[in-house]
Amino acid sequence: MNAEIPITPLAATSYLAFAADGTPHLVGSLCADCGCVAPGPRMACAACCARGSMKSIRLAERGRLHSFTIVHRSFPGVTTPFVAAVVELDGGAMLKGTLVDIEPRWEALAFDMPVQIVFRDTGQRAPDGRTFISYYFSLAASPS
Amino acid sequence: MTDAYIVGIDMIPFGRYPSRTVVDLGTEAALLALDDAGLSIRDMQALYCGNLLEAHLMVGQRILREIGLTGIPVVNAANACATGATAFREGVIAIKAGFYDLVLAVGVEQMGRGLLGGGTRADGFVEEGVLGSSTLPAIFAQIGMDHSRKYGTTFEQFAKVAVKNHHHSTMNPKAMSRRETPLEEVMSSEMISWPNTKLMCSINVDGAAAAVIASERAVRRLGLMDRAVRIRASELTSGPYTPSESALPDFNLVSQNCAQAAYERAGLGPNDLDLVELHDCFATAEIVHYENLGLCANGEAGDLIDRGETTLGGRIPVNMSGGLLSKGHPLGATGIANLYEVTLHLRGNAGSRQVHGARIGLTHVCGGTSGRGSACAVHILEKA
Repeated sequence: MNAEIPITPLAATSYLAFAADGTPHLVGSLCADCGCVAPGPRMACAACCARGSMKSIRLAERGRLHSFTIVHRSFPGVTTPFVAAVVELDGGAMLKGTLVDIEPRWEALAFDMPVQIVFRDTGQRAPDGRTFISYYFSLAASPS
Repeated sequence: MTDAYIVGIDMIPFGRYPSRTVVDLGTEAALLALDDAGLSIRDMQALYCGNLLEAHLMVGQRILREIGLTGIPVVNAANACATGATAFREGVIAIKAGFYDLVLAVGVEQMGRGLLGGGTRADGFVEEGVLGSSTLPAIFAQIGMDHSRKYGTTFEQFAKVAVKNHHHSTMNPKAMSRRETPLEEVMSSEMISWPNTKLMCSINVDGAAAAVIASERAVRRLGLMDRAVRIRASELTSGPYTPSESALPDFNLVSQNCAQAAYERAGLGPNDLDLVELHDCFATAEIVHYENLGLCANGEAGDLIDRGETTLGGRIPVNMSGGLLSKGHPLGATGIANLYEVTLHLRGNAGSRQVHGARIGLTHVCGGTSGRGSACAVHILEKA
């Protein structure tokens, strides 16, 4: 009888949020004192220790491939191989994540490849049936 | 402030002991260390016990139940891969502060099989494979690839670390694995996380090591100076801020800071060292730590392994025990086992793997997990 109420998805991380219309985006904190950018909310700046200087921002959705590995053996139940990447977003924050839409071979990868953030259904469901949405990395067509 | 000395130290052979308990293993190591010093638990004024996986289960007190409930203060320490070294360092601090003259430090761990680094979330979501990887082989692979990015380090250079350490292990009867692994075998063994193959990953084993730490006054009173090893530095750091810290735990700066603090404390530099036991939890880690400990300039770690300078007989032998790659890595025991290896060499008791004329050695442990942080401990020991 509640079918008309939209089922809101769940965020796979604390630094992924949904706008009022349900569009996902990444949130971070910018220190007004030192300019450090970190994913998610922070009470104080981990870089310069300033208090009361952290301002909530939206993180950039483009960046570059900083480091990576091809994971061939993982925890039970996890599909392998996959590319575990570290990406430096434009504007400074570093994120770990999975690089998708590419063959998981080291020969296909190069440092500093331009990367864009894409948001997808992870296929995982909470006990109440809500879907978990996460960010992933995908190679960008042109340099950011 | 008094100097602090190791007067007794030992480890049990690392391996798999499924029918024994953490307490059983820790007790055996504690008694071996006391025997090495020729002392009794009645002589000990405090116990510092390092264990990670039973951190809330009073392992130190349980060991005393086996060897003597003397009522001494017990501190149970947990600090990632620096757990054993952290417990040992608390003992050193107490001795140097003048609180006690003789204390016992024990590091012990019983490990399961399989990959480390996981953890479940309260909401049931499985991050692995979605938010990259939190397995430690993957994290240390990314650390290694970061080195490749900066300096062009190759898969082959990383693999040579495993060849070297496995070679050293053939001379260590207390290592879990004691066999040569040629380069082709290392590179063609199962790929775990590029570029770390199975033979480039440390082995999960059970183990325990223990040490008796003494003040100068106690060493002289007991006539133990001939077997004593002076602790020239005992430093501990936590991971400082780095821009990549949110994505990848820092093992570089935390190690550089700790090594720098240790060299300053000892009034020594990397050129004064005769041997090093460093944290080769993965082959990629050993390469980055050559530079972090100042054994070579930044960007030269690949050349160092290529030239064989860290092999027995080379300029600065590293991981003569076979390292964690061969000896195994029982988390809480590792930090004291490394001190045991260096002590053996300083005493001239390391058998066929002896670094001849060794007078000064360094131990390093460093660990942490994704999204949490890192810990590093460095000790510098000198033949007394």
